[in-house]
Amino acid sequence: MILSGTAVVIGDEVNSDLLYPARHMGIPDPAMQATHALTGLGPEWPGRVATHRVLVAGWNLGGGSAREEAVTALQGAGVRLVVARSFSRLFFRNCINNGLAAVACEALPALDTGATLTADLAEGWLDCAGARFAVPALPDSLLEILRHGGLLAQLRAAA
Amino acid sequence: MGTLAEQILSRAASRPVRAGELVEVIADRCFVPDDTIALVMHHLKRAGITRLAAPERLGIFYDHFAPAETVASATIHAAGRRFATEQGIAHLFDVGDGISHQICVEKGLVRPGQLAFNADSHTTTLGAAGCFGTGLGATETAYVWATGLIWLRVPTTLRVILEGRLAPGLDAKDVCLTLLRELGTRAAVYRAIEYHGDGVAGLGMAARMTLCNMAVELGAKAAMVPPDAVTEAHFAVLGIARDESWPRIDPDAEYERTLRLDLGSLEPMVAGPHAVNRVSPINEVEAPRIDQAFLGTCTNGRIEDLRVAARILQGRRLAPGLRMIVTPASRAVHLAAMEEGLMRIFLDAGCVVTTSGCGACAGLHQGLLGEGEVCISSGSRNAPGRMGSRDAAIYLASPATVAASAVTGRLTDPRTLAPLLETMT
Repeated sequence: MILSGTAVVIGDEVNSDLLYPARHMGIPDPAMQATHALTGLGPEWPGRVATHRVLVAGWNLGGGSAREEAVTALQGAGVRLVVARSFSRLFFRNCINNGLAAVACEALPALDTGATLTADLAEGWLDCAGARFAVPALPDSLLEILRHGGLLAQLRAAA
Repeated sequence: MGTLAEQILSRAASRPVRAGELVEVIADRCFVPDDTIALVMHHLKRAGITRLAAPERLGIFYDHFAPAETVASATIHAAGRRFATEQGIAHLFDVGDGISHQICVEKGLVRPGQLAFNADSHTTTLGAAGCFGTGLGATETAYVWATGLIWLRVPTTLRVILEGRLAPGLDAKDVCLTLLRELGTRAAVYRAIEYHGDGVAGLGMAARMTLCNMAVELGAKAAMVPPDAVTEAHFAVLGIARDESWPRIDPDAEYERTLRLDLGSLEPMVAGPHAVNRVSPINEVEAPRIDQAFLGTCTNGRIEDLRVAARILQGRRLAPGLRMIVTPASRAVHLAAMEEGLMRIFLDAGCVVTTSGCGACAGLHQGLLGEGEVCISSGSRNAPGRMGSRDAAIYLASPATVAASAVTGRLTDPRTLAPLLETMT
């Protein structure tokens, strides 16, 4: 499973309160959620995210709240791949279970917004800044969830 | 046997499992608060699910915005009530009943050895009762409601050995903040924490809930106190006796790492603003004037917390220009505080007492912060915008520190205000 695109870059410790403030919860449509994506960092962020398919973050992306809008608002904004030095477990689970590819790369170099990244989640590599980094390959069971577009889509397909 | 996480997840997976394995488990309990119920119902409908797998294991809690603060919230509450009735969902705790995690332990909705999910990150709180409690997102919660199952990775475990006793004026919150200062927000990511030692043996259920609650701020998937005499006494009152399903400490269990903390050496700590791991001893913080003090939350809204604050506020008034909001964690806490005369103390001091629930912590109602305001909170999170304006500053501290600071109007070491407190147990 190979994904590629240009990145919007955020820093370390961007938690779910910053990714998606709680007062915007309860909106089911990811496209509508996208208008609030990253607004904990400032009102300009939904516009910044919307022009890129990849989100790049530092350490511990998505700590704190369990709210999955932190993930699905990014999908609504057009993000198809999230790369971070590390993830909180809830953010990572919400990515996989909503069908958003997530790659953890501790050796991720400093990148600027606009950089191009390519990742293969099955083989376990990430290309960026002219170098290839080994990353943990996703287990088959989680790749299957991603291929279906999420846990509930997989459940529908099995019915 | 193995770690508590391995024992509990082995039973939930119906086979012996070890840390690192990816397993499918049966959920003993799966709950949803009101801020996520609309999304869960939406997902179930889209997935074409008309009957839930095990409604007797499920529950809905109206805690994040109850009573409803908008028409949209009221409409969600109404839809949730209809859904719970149609599906025969075992529990619906309605407006004013309190915070899910508090109710779960208070009423024995979870027991030692169980695997409990809730669409809320602070589900780690349930580990105080010897239960593996962890948060889920809305999509995976809908999956559990549809199938009764979910995938999990069995976590490795950090053993935190607490030794000695807290000095008067300190409580479990100071332990949590000290751990955040020492370990940061990533030390326990993907991991479980077990709290061992004579230090935890000397803590009551309320303090244990605080410890396990803020473990998620360390990144933990779950945090547990191995069931002991305190656990047995808590469940005995509920008519529940220890049986072979309760997990036990296994001397041969393999821990990824073991840490020790001497409780007797701790000082009152404060976190903030803007990051939970920006922690300092209170006497080293230069803080501006405080506009709002907030006592409540799943971290520190229990009767034990209210008692500590009331002892400080008794016979005193809030600092001029400062408002203090008291939000009991549950209806039972509210009732106990009334019967013990604490509500009169709070109201005489000038506090506002609100409906039981999450209150101001999630920034949804009952006490938002305006631009440039400063809050001291007994809660667990302080990101910019968490409780209102992105330009407000939130400091986190113990109930004693919150109350002492509310009296002086500045961050205040509670030990400087007589009467000196007994250690909260």
